[in-house]
Amino acid sequence: MTALRNDAARLGAEGVTVGYADRVVLDNLDVAIPTGVITTVIGPNGCGKSTLLRTLSRLLKPRQGTVLLDGHDIARLRTKDVAKRMGLLPQTPIAPEGLTVADLVARGRHPHQSWVRQWSSDDADVVAKALHMTGVADLAHRPVDSLSGGQRQRVWISMTLAQGTDLLLLDEPTTYLDLAHAIDVIDLVDDLHESGCTIVMVLHDLNLAVRYSDNLIVMRSGSIVAQGHPSEVITSELLLETFGLQAKVIDDPVSERPLIVPIGRTHVVSKSDQDLG
Amino acid sequence: MSNALEAPDLHRGVRVGGWSWVWRPWIVLVTVVLAALTFLVFSVSIAIGDFTIELPAVFRTLVGQGERVDEFVIMDLRMPRALVGLIAGVALGISGALTQSIARNPLASPDVLGITGGASATAVFVVTASGGAAIANSIGLSAAALTGGLLTGLLVYFMAWKKGIDGFRLILIGVSVSAVMQAVTTWLLVLADIRDVARAQRWLVGSLDSRSWSEVWASLWIMAALVLVVLVVSFQLRPMHFGDDVAAGLGVRYSAVRAVLLLCAVLLAGVAVSAAGPVPFVALVGPQISMRLMRTPVPPLIASGLFGALLLIGSDLVARTVLPNDLPVGIVTAIIGGPFLVYLLVRANVKRAA
Repeated sequence: MTALRNDAARLGAEGVTVGYADRVVLDNLDVAIPTGVITTVIGPNGCGKSTLLRTLSRLLKPRQGTVLLDGHDIARLRTKDVAKRMGLLPQTPIAPEGLTVADLVARGRHPHQSWVRQWSSDDADVVAKALHMTGVADLAHRPVDSLSGGQRQRVWISMTLAQGTDLLLLDEPTTYLDLAHAIDVIDLVDDLHESGCTIVMVLHDLNLAVRYSDNLIVMRSGSIVAQGHPSEVITSELLLETFGLQAKVIDDPVSERPLIVPIGRTHVVSKSDQDLG
Repeated sequence: MSNALEAPDLHRGVRVGGWSWVWRPWIVLVTVVLAALTFLVFSVSIAIGDFTIELPAVFRTLVGQGERVDEFVIMDLRMPRALVGLIAGVALGISGALTQSIARNPLASPDVLGITGGASATAVFVVTASGGAAIANSIGLSAAALTGGLLTGLLVYFMAWKKGIDGFRLILIGVSVSAVMQAVTTWLLVLADIRDVARAQRWLVGSLDSRSWSEVWASLWIMAALVLVVLVVSFQLRPMHFGDDVAAGLGVRYSAVRAVLLLCAVLLAGVAVSAAGPVPFVALVGPQISMRLMRTPVPPLIASGLFGALLLIGSDLVARTVLPNDLPVGIVTAIIGGPFLVYLLVRANVKRAA
């Protein structure tokens, strides 16, 4: 926990405790999100990773502690001002049947609009740019419900991009996608990072998280058990302790990152057993 | 911006000074056509009666240039009835568009959510308990219906509240409360004096009969004020179609917006019921048909109001002219609305199966 008081962090939490009814999900947790990199929160089901993201994005109000956005207590900022600084893609957004891609992405301008200022030339420029950056400009007039899962996810990311912020929070952006589409969406997230965005996301797939993140936050039962670059954080001991997962960590043949090779009960040839030693 | 970025042909804007709106020609066109049709049917409705006044004479009278006889017949006899139809229709249409949008369900109309049922039960209580006293006349009855609708609406809202509002839960509780209110109404009618029952029954079907100017003005002002609030606040409704989390992410305080708009919807339905009785199906059908005409993904507010008015005045016209025995308007809207409800249910089932 060295990065607690990271001056470069735009977003962070200090001593937050979050719970539903009588259950405490996050207990007195400190975290700082480094600026300009991809941070991914991983951890077993029910460890509180989505709760952490929802707390950072102000969807949940902590019982104790504060979330700081650009040095301000996020609870004291106006909802609209938070939306101008931070884009959020929650887990299950709803697109009304028949809504076109252009209309959905245009809605991302909402925090910058008012009743008398509903479609300025700025809005048009930013939306056009967001559509292009996410590669969905050609689909602009298609209904969202006619698209594939991967395309749909691109459209939602395009909408958060149209908010015009360089801080994006994505809650499991690859859920329900097959591997090819998941890679496609995460490549897009990486492009956004390259163009200067700070990204915080929750991912289920450990190898995707390792490959694409500069900073991993590993959680277990409401606490952060490790944080840092995947090469430093991911070890077979950590995987066993945190996830209860027997796995070998090897060098990824295509990147300079670790690669997690899970060991199940079957199909394992004896050679690996000896290596595990 | 470079040429490449202009490729997706996005909305065009209407800009005046620092103000700007999206220019959607089709929506403007359909709205204008609906408004013109509503005005036409409104005029025909006041032209036809025990004796018919020619349409040009109607228009002359409306702008204050008519004959004295026409003026008496139109302004004193027929206008209040037509205006009540207009007010109740607009109120029901907008109320339905709001409840359907907020619950994200086409079945969530004020009839289904128990608001109309609550208003009816209260009104019938006043009619039967007063034994023909003055309170049961016009204003007293309207006030009772409005209060009843509001209280039932609040009851349903708080019963459906569970860490927020879920559309499906809202509908289930609305249906149950509706059933209870229906039972209360029936119980009151069984106990009541037979003359009161006849009066209550007539009101319960929904009718534009014998409305006075004082009732018309009261309803008109309340409706206009509510519609104004709705049109301003509804700007915040747009991101809410994407779910609460997305709305919050886009800077909308969705709980507050939802509470204000639901309150407006309940009051609008209350105004309509207190003016015209519980006319069925207008709030359900109006928003859904105008949504299909406009080809919008969610019910359009202004068009829903206009279509509601068109439907109600048109049905009243049909009831008075085509059908025998001067049937109440509620029977006609039920004949149109019933099959449409079946269509919506079947379509919902087909979609779920697909």
